[in-house]
Amino acid sequence: MDTGSPHEAGPDGPQGTIEAAGGEPVWIALPPGLLRMRRLLLVVWLGLIALAAGLLPGLLAGPAWAAFALPPLALMAWGWVMIERNWRSWRYAERDDDLLISRGVLWREETVVPYGRMQLVEVTSGPVERHFGLASVQLHTAAAATDATIPGLDPAEAERLRDRLTELGEARSAGL
Amino acid sequence: MTAHGATETSEAAAEVSERRLHPVTPLRRAWAPVAVLIGWAVHDPDGAQRHLTRLTTTTLLIGLAVLVPAAALYGFCSWWFTHFAVTGTELRIRTGLVFRRTAHIRLERIQAIDITQPLLARVAGVAKLKLDVIGTDKKDELAFLGADEARTLRAELLARAAGFAPETAHEVGEAPSRQLLRVPPGVLALSLVLTGATWVSVAAALVVPPVLWLFTHSLWTVLAVALPLLGAAGASSVGRFVAEYDWTVGESPDGLRIDHGLLDRAHETVPPGRVQTVRIVEPLLWRRRGWVRVELDVAGSSNSVLVPVAPREIAEDVVARVLPGVSVPGPAALSPAPRSARWCVPLWWRGYGLAVTDTVFAARSGLLRRSLALVPHAKVQSVRMTQGPWERARGVADVCVDTGANKTVRARLREAGEARELLAAQAERSRTGRRDARPDRWMA
Repeated sequence: MDTGSPHEAGPDGPQGTIEAAGGEPVWIALPPGLLRMRRLLLVVWLGLIALAAGLLPGLLAGPAWAAFALPPLALMAWGWVMIERNWRSWRYAERDDDLLISRGVLWREETVVPYGRMQLVEVTSGPVERHFGLASVQLHTAAAATDATIPGLDPAEAERLRDRLTELGEARSAGL
Repeated sequence: MTAHGATETSEAAAEVSERRLHPVTPLRRAWAPVAVLIGWAVHDPDGAQRHLTRLTTTTLLIGLAVLVPAAALYGFCSWWFTHFAVTGTELRIRTGLVFRRTAHIRLERIQAIDITQPLLARVAGVAKLKLDVIGTDKKDELAFLGADEARTLRAELLARAAGFAPETAHEVGEAPSRQLLRVPPGVLALSLVLTGATWVSVAAALVVPPVLWLFTHSLWTVLAVALPLLGAAGASSVGRFVAEYDWTVGESPDGLRIDHGLLDRAHETVPPGRVQTVRIVEPLLWRRRGWVRVELDVAGSSNSVLVPVAPREIAEDVVARVLPGVSVPGPAALSPAPRSARWCVPLWWRGYGLAVTDTVFAARSGLLRRSLALVPHAKVQSVRMTQGPWERARGVADVCVDTGANKTVRARLREAGEARELLAAQAERSRTGRRDARPDRWMA
């Protein structure tokens, strides 16, 4: 069985690698950067909304109306937990011939993409992601429905994955 | 031209001879400005009438004298500047008067070739040649060619795509075809009568406008609703009959030949090994007669009917030709959804079934209108397992198989453990299935 990457299981990843017995794939979890970024975005946006929802009625109609700030705050607390659950659920594994991606808490999805089917591999990184030092890897096959994206990777890991997938894809390439 | 690329030999470069489309083409192109005018007049009738009454006969004549030659010149130029050439590996289309554009279509990527003859083109003896290649635009069609020229060009393209040497590709000619099936007009008409969708659209077109008139008494509202409804009713009954009239499926070394149409004739050729998915559809009222409809998905093609109506055994025989080595699993071979799934999709859960053979992944869905989708293992692009919260509570999951024609075949409501095994096994199968898939150039 093919191993993941040797430099996985960072000190800050409690579930860095989940290794099950008996020829199971080596699952690799996402680094914590994505969690930090999503939580920060959540706090910033919902914080602004809460401030607006609290201040405006509070000043215009009386202090009791400032309670409008509570729903966004509750949403923020809920989102804080949910984002972690969702982040924890993301994991991927490189096997000899295919890439596995597993994700989702309530709606679970597990995708298998054979390397031979890859048309191209993309590494993308938006401005916010770049600020947090993150990049995502996206695999395209001839089927548009194939949604094989791994978000929130370390750029170095993303590039390693891209190079490895491209190499394997060329070695095993097959037509349509 | 890119023909003088460094790698290409002078012999090959000399062989590339550019051709033009049929001289009738400018006439078709010349219609464009006139059509724009008519479209504008229809769009804004009041304004058009106002402008027309203001025009005198002289200005009208002068206008026509300018417009018609201009349109003719445009048509002539667009014809003059459109060239095409067939090389050993590509079909090149060079076009554009102001904005130059060259399309290089790789022959071994051809998914299907259509020749269509609209009614007027049939009168003029010309035809349109359309290539379905993944990643090309709809623009990349050759309209119009002489009918015979189109046929020989198709034969030549297919021969080259099949891997014949360029020198012999001319001589190979049109491969002989053996007729597999022909749908009699009576059967086609009866099958449309027995289709629920036809009756629903006709009933809607007959019932909705009078009811609307009763309630609103507004002519415009009724017209705005009635016209699309009538159009839909016509398309689903008469339109389908006209399009699917004299449906013939033939087999040739070049692939599957599909010919159909009453007014507009279409000849489609699907080279071997290009079919991604086949669906066998069985509407409720056809079941007593044992009729089925067969649809197919080819990457890059919009045409999707293989057999509009045929007895089951004949249809299965045709399917076996399209997907070599595949036998359609019978109803007994399909394993049904587990009983625990009955609260996920009440009643309809009985419609779901799955069979995985050595060659295909077959999933059935639908209770009244049964549809069985077959995907050869070699065509699977990726496999997914999805499970919602409600499904997890019942211990079931869905397995989806994505194919290159942008179609996803879902095997719904499988027992969770089975689905997990299926996911692993399907990935393995589609990998080994691809190893012994046919090459892109099937004759080479």
